[in-house]
Amino acid sequence: MKTEELKVVNKSVKKIQGESLLLGKPAFTDDVAPSDALTVKLLKSPYANAIIKTINTSIAKKVPGVVDIYTWEDVPKNRFTTNGLTYPEPSAYDRLILDRHLRFIGDPVAIIVAETEKIALKAMKLIKVTYDVLEPVIDFRKAKDNKVIVHPEEDWSVPFDTHTSSKGATLGADQKRNLVASGVHSDGDVDSVFKTCDVVLERTYSMKAVSQTPMENYTTYTKIDKMGNLKVLSSTQVIFHCRRILAKALGIPVSKLHVERPRIGGGFGAKGSVVSEIYPAFATLKTGCPCKMVYTRKESMTIGSPRHATDVTVRIGAMNDGTIRAIDLYTLLNAGAYSEQTFTVALLVGHKSIPLYTANLEAYRFAFEAVYTNLESSGAYRGYGATQGTFAVETIVNELADKLGIDPVEIRNKNMVREGMLMKSYDDVEMANACALDRCMEHCKKMFNWDEKYPVRDMGSGRVRTAGVAMSVQGSGIPGRDIGGATLKALEDGTFSLTIGVADLGTGSDTILAQMVAECMECDIDRIQVYDPGTDFSPYDSGSYASAGTYVTGQATVTACEKLKKILRFTGAEAFDCNLADVTYAKGYVECKKNNLRMSVSDLVYKSQNDFLHPLQVTEQYTAHISPPPYMVGMVEIELDKATGHVEILDYCAVVDCGTPINPALCRIQTEGGLAQAIGHTLTENVTYTEAGQIMESSLMQYKIPTRLDVGKMRVEFESSYEPTGPFGAKSIGEITINTPAPAIVQAIHRATGVWHRDLPVTPEKIVMSTKEKN
Amino acid sequence: MGLQITVNLNGKPVTDFIDPDTTLYQFLREHYCYSVKCGCDTSNCGLCTVLFDGRPILSCSCLAARADGHEVYTLEGLQEEAKEFIGFIAEQGAEQCGFCNPGYVVNIIALLRENPDPTDEEIKEYLAGNLCRCSGYEGQLRGIRNFLNSRKG
Repeated sequence: MKTEELKVVNKSVKKIQGESLLLGKPAFTDDVAPSDALTVKLLKSPYANAIIKTINTSIAKKVPGVVDIYTWEDVPKNRFTTNGLTYPEPSAYDRLILDRHLRFIGDPVAIIVAETEKIALKAMKLIKVTYDVLEPVIDFRKAKDNKVIVHPEEDWSVPFDTHTSSKGATLGADQKRNLVASGVHSDGDVDSVFKTCDVVLERTYSMKAVSQTPMENYTTYTKIDKMGNLKVLSSTQVIFHCRRILAKALGIPVSKLHVERPRIGGGFGAKGSVVSEIYPAFATLKTGCPCKMVYTRKESMTIGSPRHATDVTVRIGAMNDGTIRAIDLYTLLNAGAYSEQTFTVALLVGHKSIPLYTANLEAYRFAFEAVYTNLESSGAYRGYGATQGTFAVETIVNELADKLGIDPVEIRNKNMVREGMLMKSYDDVEMANACALDRCMEHCKKMFNWDEKYPVRDMGSGRVRTAGVAMSVQGSGIPGRDIGGATLKALEDGTFSLTIGVADLGTGSDTILAQMVAECMECDIDRIQVYDPGTDFSPYDSGSYASAGTYVTGQATVTACEKLKKILRFTGAEAFDCNLADVTYAKGYVECKKNNLRMSVSDLVYKSQNDFLHPLQVTEQYTAHISPPPYMVGMVEIELDKATGHVEILDYCAVVDCGTPINPALCRIQTEGGLAQAIGHTLTENVTYTEAGQIMESSLMQYKIPTRLDVGKMRVEFESSYEPTGPFGAKSIGEITINTPAPAIVQAIHRATGVWHRDLPVTPEKIVMSTKEKN
Repeated sequence: MGLQITVNLNGKPVTDFIDPDTTLYQFLREHYCYSVKCGCDTSNCGLCTVLFDGRPILSCSCLAARADGHEVYTLEGLQEEAKEFIGFIAEQGAEQCGFCNPGYVVNIIALLRENPDPTDEEIKEYLAGNLCRCSGYEGQLRGIRNFLNSRKG
């Protein structure tokens, strides 16, 4: 269907539940959880590496109102991973609910269950623990082959490596070397191409373990339901993975667990790991009582699942005319104390950055290593490795353009991937079927007025204005491993209900899926009900991650619609006693023109219920074997104050190719939100540690996410390609939006000061100090 | 038994016994004002904004005891005033996850009572203490601007 013929899709309809959220109606886990729950709190390790020698809870348990306290001696001894990806998770099974060996500051020591938070905190102070304090490994650059081994335990294992469905892939992990993942992927011979290049640059870029910081902290409510099963209500992006992981950790059958998610107050990947659910779930199993756990902001920021601190060393080989012929990229990631989502994050560093330069690329090599340290365990954060890779590759291309004296837009036009090219450096090698990156660049250049804004302009009083540019590529779901699911039912009132397993984190996925149903069923969007997911009534869906919602679950939804329409026609044909071929479906009616008969969906539902012709409900699942990439160009204009080092974002222009935007207003908001988050990790969001491994920026007082005074003007437009395998030609948009600001802003800062800042964040102090050093 | 306080909550007197260290935020959630959210514990995020004698304050940083004999309005009690403009924010999709919405919607009400025709800069400054991680803020500003323009006809 051509986009101009669309009635609901490609339109900026208001978000389902949007106004009710704006009116503050109860919607989130802590709003809807019954108030009968006990409070669960964690006593956490004060040491980065220690063994519990003794732990005495007897005095603490005597505090009136304390229900129970659990230590490492009370938990099951089966190791698991909290990695919320499809089984077999690409992780080591290296965790226990509570471990005697504590591996970072914040690693849980005891689970306290009490009538109130105040009582739990009082009891916490009365737990007596003696520790055998060990030397920690804090610096991830020194972790590999360090004498300190983070995971010396004998029952450490990697089921992924031996599982048949992982198709022979291995993590390249080695616990004795603190290696969580390693590998080399390549095509062609980079070294020999470099030898014939006019210029070869090598640079290293670093990014910190920034925090996703969704406004809602991790929140979970658990209880035993009337069937005797464990019911979990949680702010999770992955209900099915959550159920499986909890079952494994608790040592109970999956069938004895039910996981539901109410509205989620932001996720960005943070809630794609099973971070907090395990503690109240365990407490409910032990006590039989409803339990609730709400992380404090400090807990979310110190025992959560932040981005991997990452070094990326890139070598780029080019000719004097700007032709980019080879890229060699090595990355080192800090996994922290547990393996979690590290292997897959590492893969994206190279596979979602190098393909940008497919046009003239003769060879590439991408090597990755990820290590254990005694720091907070890293996880998924929007962009997922591509953010670090894009920062490195896009900045070195800007450095190259600077060295060669070529306009950075021109060097990109010369080398960028274009429609119909084979991206050999993209995961499993993928054809750029739908690619409007070239049009994005042209569009952005014009909208931004690049030629006027790129030159350095002195505004007086030490203030300078200038600009920077970057491109980005991401994926749409994990091919072959992720499944989208949709159950569509026709109801008695002629409306349709859609039950899904994917979680709307605020992205608007509920709305865009409803738009697809409305388009297919030819009705208004207010005739579609979308239900909050639960493992017992939703069709299986991998969950909300990897930018899969629109593309993967969207395709399942469209397929379900087509099937339901067919069943409606079938039911009509039997009711009208005519041939199926003569029956059509349009706008809520089936019609047989031959007999001039017509029946509404409502009547068909009743008919079906009476005569049981056919059940008017369909469940469809979909898995893609490719992951069509969205593309994006970002350009930023800054004003930099040389005296203070302050960088003000004046104008951020972004042009995105997400295929057909299903809902342009929501795509725009998604983009603006990603840009704002990235402005944060580029300029203000810092993470530092004491020598002992304590995170210094553990509250929103110290960890500076952007306010509305920090983001500047943002302008977002679209250049649509048409992805033939996507629903209505759509690709993803969620993650790609976070990748361009770091390289674009860093380039602009270089233009203004003459200094390339290769370590994020670029704080005012760094700008002033480095300019002083230079002079 | 604790301390007895009477708060005029959303136009109705509410009397209860509290522990002296109960924050206003806790008191409000315990009295079914679920629109009031907690995002930080350090007075940085603005999610718990309520009107205290008409002024916007952070309820996480105010003892419930201080509200004794005072008037407190949460978004539950400001629905009609909010309905005047929230549709414009929803049109932008700028509610996003929704978790920070009640705080800034209450603060917009406070702003518009104080300054019925603010400039964009005045809006940004007034709402600077209301953090949002999803939207990038621009859509919220466009929504408020469209509302203000619609009032001018």
